[in-house]
Amino acid sequence: MNVAVIVFPGSNCDRDMYHVLTDVFKLNATYFWHEKGLPKNIDAVILPGGFSYGDRLRSGAIAAHSPIIKDVKKMAEKGVPILGVCNGFQILVEAGLLPGALLKNTSLNFMCEWTSLIVENNTTPFSNKLKLYQKIPIPIANGEGRYYVDSETLKQLKKKNQIVFRYSDTVNGSSDRIAGVCSEDGNVVGMMPHPERAAESQINPNDNKPASLIFESLLNAIGVQN
Amino acid sequence: MSLESGELDDLTLKIGRKPTSTELQIVAAEWSEHCSYKSSKKHLKMLPMKGPLVISEKGYDSGVLDVGDGYVITAHIESHNHPSAVEPYGGAATGVGGVIRDILSAGTRPIAIFNGLRFGDIEKDLHARWLFKNAVKGIADYGNCLGIPTIGGEVEFDKCYSNYALVDVAAIGFGKKKNLIKNHAKTGDIVVLLGGATGRDGIGGSQFASDSLESENRSAVQIPDPFIEKLIIEAILEARTENLIHALKDLGGGGLSCAVSETADALSIGIEMDVDKVHTRELNMNPDEIMVSESQERMLIVTSNDKLKKLEGICKKYRITCSVIGHVTLDNMMHVKKGEKTCANLPTDVVANATLLDRPSKKPAYLENIENEKKLKPILDYTKMMMKFIASPNIASKIWVYGQYDHEVGIRTVVKPGKDASVLRLDNGKFLSAKIDGNPKHCYINPREGAIGCFEEACRNVVCTGAKPIGMLDHLQFGNPENPEIFWTFLESLKGITDFAKYFEIPCVGGKVSLYNETPSGQIKPTPIIGILGLIDKTPLSTQNISKGDCIVIVGQTKNEMGGSEYFEYIHKFIGGKCPTVNFLESKINMNSVLNVITKGLVKAAHDCSKGGLAVAVSELCMTYQIGCNISLEKVPNQKLDVDRILFSESHSRYLLVLEKKDLKKLETLLKKSKVEYNVIGVFGGDHIRFNKESKNIIDLSVDKSQKIWFNSLKELVLHG
Repeated sequence: MNVAVIVFPGSNCDRDMYHVLTDVFKLNATYFWHEKGLPKNIDAVILPGGFSYGDRLRSGAIAAHSPIIKDVKKMAEKGVPILGVCNGFQILVEAGLLPGALLKNTSLNFMCEWTSLIVENNTTPFSNKLKLYQKIPIPIANGEGRYYVDSETLKQLKKKNQIVFRYSDTVNGSSDRIAGVCSEDGNVVGMMPHPERAAESQINPNDNKPASLIFESLLNAIGVQN
Repeated sequence: MSLESGELDDLTLKIGRKPTSTELQIVAAEWSEHCSYKSSKKHLKMLPMKGPLVISEKGYDSGVLDVGDGYVITAHIESHNHPSAVEPYGGAATGVGGVIRDILSAGTRPIAIFNGLRFGDIEKDLHARWLFKNAVKGIADYGNCLGIPTIGGEVEFDKCYSNYALVDVAAIGFGKKKNLIKNHAKTGDIVVLLGGATGRDGIGGSQFASDSLESENRSAVQIPDPFIEKLIIEAILEARTENLIHALKDLGGGGLSCAVSETADALSIGIEMDVDKVHTRELNMNPDEIMVSESQERMLIVTSNDKLKKLEGICKKYRITCSVIGHVTLDNMMHVKKGEKTCANLPTDVVANATLLDRPSKKPAYLENIENEKKLKPILDYTKMMMKFIASPNIASKIWVYGQYDHEVGIRTVVKPGKDASVLRLDNGKFLSAKIDGNPKHCYINPREGAIGCFEEACRNVVCTGAKPIGMLDHLQFGNPENPEIFWTFLESLKGITDFAKYFEIPCVGGKVSLYNETPSGQIKPTPIIGILGLIDKTPLSTQNISKGDCIVIVGQTKNEMGGSEYFEYIHKFIGGKCPTVNFLESKINMNSVLNVITKGLVKAAHDCSKGGLAVAVSELCMTYQIGCNISLEKVPNQKLDVDRILFSESHSRYLLVLEKKDLKKLETLLKKSKVEYNVIGVFGGDHIRFNKESKNIIDLSVDKSQKIWFNSLKELVLHG
């Protein structure tokens, strides 16, 4: 079982994600620099958060053109579980792997705070261990985290069950309080909040179990007994 | 940009000839107050710098403490006051960048940022509000992009900072002891400049910072690029792991002049370099400009020729430029060439060691009558007053500030900002607690006692998380040292800090002096800042809910020490009175006893009593944990004080402890045994914060209402004025 953690210039949650995958959930994980190719035996791909290319042009816009994205797209087509967190989500959107766009928060500020998610789709590789409408205490940390889709696309998202997580309160002005979405096939998931910051009891002031289930869902999806 | 007249003679005498223009620039930068510490260095030696955990190495820009199991933490503090007063966004951002590179210089990964911010009266002063808003944004944008959590700090507003800004940034690093860079160099080693291109920004920055802020010299302000800094951090750490670095130095104030001369002086080597080899951002930069440019995100590396290829490979991966600009020589000279032409050839010890000054000092005249109190207007409605007080910029929650800082990245933050001190988990199972504190209002009234108070307050804050203080950072910010009265206040603060550090055996692991903090409208109040690092071996005291029926105990005496209190200054608009003093023995007993009861697990929460006094400290607990309480003021150990003094005195060495009723007996036994002054002053419950004296209600606040005001007033003020 091998999970690829992709590192772009300016990624800064790569090490956090790696720690949680390996030390907490005992998965094999490997860093892949954005210029490398992905080997065929990868079971899941994670695009961690950060400020790839210093958020120049638009968050995620430059990283979406990295050489490795070609391989990520191929894996996406093959149905390999792919998760983008925060900047990783922005990159997946910019790469066209997920619908919508991420705009500046309505507060116009960077926001770092604990919030609560509601599970809207528990069939993806990153949510299958969660209960529908279960709440997840989790932190956000972003300046451009307001998910936006036009009303037609929103209808489609709802129809195709592509909304994975919603904020339980209005946090940043996202369309329909969307915090995370998936591809039509469900294997590509993007979310703005940081599950890797909420999966351990030591650093989660509320309850770390729900966020842990995001990782346990992945273990479940790629066939690792836990 | 020039030397003072006596210094030119001094230089001429030392080198035995007239200096060249490049030499003048180099020496002017290096001999500036900012780089040379010429006014303060003689006196700073009084601080205790050694301790069982302190690791000292040649040429480190940060302090190093051994935290056991093969791990070290590094720490440093810097300010960027002059630049931030002119261009708050860039000034504050580059302040973060500079201190991060100091941490990196030791070969450790930066894991936390702290900031201390001071501005004028933002309630009335729109310019102060603009400075505040943009300095916060500068720190946020820089630190967030680097992925280093900004986990604590303090914000204060005082009229003495009108048209000015104090932006202090501290940083902490963490790493394996064996990975520390042990700076060394031998003849034939090469000198490499790595990172951002050298441009015309920040030229003369260190001299700019060593003068009064009379003209806004924008070209002296550096331009931030956190993305490049992030790449440099990763590249340097990779090069360190591969053993490619012999010596490492950050380029900060004084640019190349300072980095080259100080590296050479610290390692007792010479360096010959060619300005034509420096990668520049602009065409036709002359040698003088290249040598003193303070362009950001640059590091100087000494390595050997055989390691160059690997180093270049790492730089290529991160797409950052590195240039071989010179080599190490035997002769202890700093030899700067442009191609074949010599521009400067100076003994490194002359450049790196300005002649130290012994400035005269004199007790300021204003202190003669400062302790006298005037008759104050009686407060008719304390509840109304409290509502105004908790909304005031200095008392209000700073959530608007730290909510813009990523304080979670790195997944170490166990105790989050907004509490007494923030706590990080370390890889060896221990925890690091840290806090910075300052109090210019107290320091203005008594520079010595005020400085000691900042020291004790920072200690109290880390103690409240269950940590034992192991190291201290000091940052001494004063006005013009050429004024003997200002210099006296500097010396008094320094002596106070030294005395406290020695008594408590807390070594000073790093520090900074920032002088000439003045504007056309006057000098700033003495503003020493103290940062404390505390270590927790087992478990930190972290978030638990406070429940109905829990007791609240106060440790320590409340004294008639109202001078410099928020109550006097904000409510009564009065500057004067006697400021709080620390009784060292009492301080030690209280600190140790509180630490003891926390370590024994008897306490649910501990909170230090400081700005705004007991009334604010109790309210903060209630608003943070969203629960009411009933406090009996007659139970507070005090010297028969009037009710306003019990409520708002800012006496030191006081702690609030929250515990379950069942643990009270055990707690009292322990406190009695250590002869601590304490009392149970109230019980939690309900949804009102009530202070009573002999069953007469004095203050009655709704938790919900006050919480809303406390959390939102700063944001409302900044956004809507």
